[in-house]
Amino acid sequence: MIKNLIIVLLGVLFALGLGISQMTNPSKVIGFLDVTGNWDPSLAFVMAGAMTVYLIGYKFIFPKLTKPLLDFRFHLPNLIHIDKKLILGSVIFGIGWGLSGFCPGPGLVALASSNLEAIYFVLSMILGVAIYHWFSEEYSDMMDG
Amino acid sequence: MENFTPISSVLGGLLIGFSSIAMLLLSGRIAGISSILENGLFAWKDVQNRIWSLWFIVGLFLGGELLRVFMPESFGGAHLHKMWMVVLGGLLVGFGSRLGSGCTSGHGVCGLGRLSSRSLVSVLVFMSSAGLTVWVVRSFFP
Repeated sequence: MIKNLIIVLLGVLFALGLGISQMTNPSKVIGFLDVTGNWDPSLAFVMAGAMTVYLIGYKFIFPKLTKPLLDFRFHLPNLIHIDKKLILGSVIFGIGWGLSGFCPGPGLVALASSNLEAIYFVLSMILGVAIYHWFSEEYSDMMDG
Repeated sequence: MENFTPISSVLGGLLIGFSSIAMLLLSGRIAGISSILENGLFAWKDVQNRIWSLWFIVGLFLGGELLRVFMPESFGGAHLHKMWMVVLGGLLVGFGSRLGSGCTSGHGVCGLGRLSSRSLVSVLVFMSSAGLTVWVVRSFFP
């Protein structure tokens, strides 16, 4: 129970970080991606700040732990190869990000604003995730067969 | 450059980074929102292993409510984009982020923070395709 509560709290912090940095404002995001236009580099500072904190924790605290404080093991991705799925998926994700100005976290947080664009974005994003989920299950079934 | 906000950007980034690394050190999970969303949507298939995703999403919604009450300006103005772009964008973001195993948080924050070469490639690729898309939109669909 305490673990679930902490995870809720981390979600709140994450959302506040997105809001304070204005990742939740699609116009701000488009301004960052518009390198050849009236470029606003602010959001590079968001990623740099977040990544720096993560890197410090990963380099200096993570190696001292044999398991996470509230779980019995770490659940880390075990993929190492740079493959077609990674590249193609990233290209597609980037096009969607550029079109809408939303990525997944900010989209979910922006639902609270009740802006129509956030609602439409999240509904279609959920559909996109579901299509991938069904498609990949079918695909992996075929691979097993 | 008149909209440049380096201080609030770094501040927000630090919060995001703190939440993400705390997620790893406390519960051993990667705070990548696209995989959290997929896990949450299909949590019923493996409740034991996925239910935490729903709790995190609850936290995102609560945080959104706090923003709406105390910092409504963080959402910007509404209706700046053509709706077909938002809907198509959502589909592509959902599908592409799962195909590529991550988005701005999973690859951009956690992946780069773990010095993953897969994540570095992903970030460079999606930044480029997003930038190009914005240029195309501005040039051809003003």
